[in-house]
Amino acid sequence: MNDFGDAFWAAFQLVVSLDADLTEIVGLSLQVSLTAVFIAALIGLPLGAAVALFRFPGRMAVVVILNAFMGLPPVVVGLVVYLLLSRAGPFGVLGLLFTPTAMIIAQVILITPIIAALTRQVIEDLWSEYEEQLRSLGAGPARALTALLWDGRFSLVTAVLAGFGRASAEVGAVMIVGGNIDHVSRVMTTAIALEVSKGDLALALGLGLILLVLSTGINGAAFLIKEMALKRHA
Amino acid sequence: MTEAILPLALENVSLEIGGVRLIKDIQCRFEAGPRSVVIGPNGAGKSLFLRLCHGLIAPTSGAGRWQGPAGAAQPGAAQAMVFQRPVMLRRSVAANVDYALKLKGHARAERAEIIDEALARCGLRRLRDQPARVLSFGEQQKLALARAWALRPQVLFLDEPTASLDPAATHAVEEIVQAIHDAGTRIIMTTHDLGQARRLSDEVLFLHRGRLLEHAEAGAFFENPKNDLAQAFVRGELLWWRYGRDNRRAEADPTAEDLD
Ligand SMILES: Nc1ncnc2c1ncn2[C@@H]1O[C@H](COP(=O)(O)OP(=O)(O)OP(=O)(O)O)[C@@H](O)[C@H]1O
Ligand SMILES: [Mg+2]
Repeated sequence: MNDFGDAFWAAFQLVVSLDADLTEIVGLSLQVSLTAVFIAALIGLPLGAAVALFRFPGRMAVVVILNAFMGLPPVVVGLVVYLLLSRAGPFGVLGLLFTPTAMIIAQVILITPIIAALTRQVIEDLWSEYEEQLRSLGAGPARALTALLWDGRFSLVTAVLAGFGRASAEVGAVMIVGGNIDHVSRVMTTAIALEVSKGDLALALGLGLILLVLSTGINGAAFLIKEMALKRHA
Repeated sequence: MTEAILPLALENVSLEIGGVRLIKDIQCRFEAGPRSVVIGPNGAGKSLFLRLCHGLIAPTSGAGRWQGPAGAAQPGAAQAMVFQRPVMLRRSVAANVDYALKLKGHARAERAEIIDEALARCGLRRLRDQPARVLSFGEQQKLALARAWALRPQVLFLDEPTASLDPAATHAVEEIVQAIHDAGTRIIMTTHDLGQARRLSDEVLFLHRGRLLEHAEAGAFFENPKNDLAQAFVRGELLWWRYGRDNRRAEADPTAEDLD
């Protein structure tokens, strides 16, 4: 128990003193996950909206796949991206393996389906509510798209936050494709895994604290946004 | 806006969904001018009839034609509809009207003035910056009217615009409808309120189980409906209810043979 107390105190000091190693790791984590969530939103929002609004052959299959892929196991995504980016793989020449870019790619694959599937649900519900009125006003699905994205803004922000939460908390994919290389591809989750196995509880706990604050913060924000939207727009 | 889309002629319009004929061979004409009120029991097809006229759904057979000089091109642009349940965008009251105007191609500069006027006419000015969806049901119905009015349509369809409103709100809505009519918009509406039908109609259409059983001048209709079922309906007899929608095809129903 004393061990734990000491480690906790050391962790606290690391956080408060903005320890260089710690800030570097946190910085890279945020950079990787924010970039990934930005790209995933850029793909997922229009993709989800398009699937919700347009009828095309194979649409049902896309819907099923998006929903199924919401729960992709990170290690499997990591493995597949690893195989694609490894020397012998089709994209080996790019030399991306064990770089932050590889980690971003893996996370984009992981969270794009989450954002797209949630977006589809939000936009489909809105459209079924608005369809007649908007058609009456002369707007078909294509013209209504921007209005629907705007009217769904609160739920969509929540969807994007869900993607960010998943990206920043997962360890399997970034571990495999990033390799957890010090000063290069070490992020919070991989560092925690490594430091625990090395016995450096202080850094692990410090990072754990930050991760905890971050993820509860995200979920809290998502909840508050939903609440606010409900109050404002019922 | 100057070229007329009316008259509207429905030629043998039928609608079938899932093998059930919901609208049956409706033949009628709407000329410019009078206010039409469509009445009939629940499930008679009034809402479907308005949607067919407005072009929201296509008939299975037959056709609706806008025969006015501007009717061929884009008749939808000169129409508006207020639905049985108001649909409010998740925006402010003013923004709801603004979006409708934007869709109809009004430039931003001219929109503000039209919005102000429409909200003022419908008694919503003080609510203009409220989120539309927190308004009471009656206020939402007024906003739906303001939104329709702002578009200055040639034809306005109203589907039970005062259902579940209190008497004061009903009165306010009727006045707005009257004002829209006075401004030159052709009103075609449904209602379950026979008093309202009397107050707001120049002509009446009586629908029963998807058929148009009577289409007559309002005074004559309320005085002495020619159709038996219309007579019973106007007198408030429960005939239409006893033979109601639940046994649409039941043999016990004496009116069934001439339907379907
Ligand atoms: N999309 C649909 N699919 C199947 N049946 C439908 C559909 N829409 C309407 N109906 C049926 O068509 C009939 C007429 O419906 P409609 O909504 O036009 O009735 P209404 O006269 O407006 O009734 P109310 O007075 O209750 O509003 C009803 O029996 C209804 O169940
Ligand atoms: Mg109806």
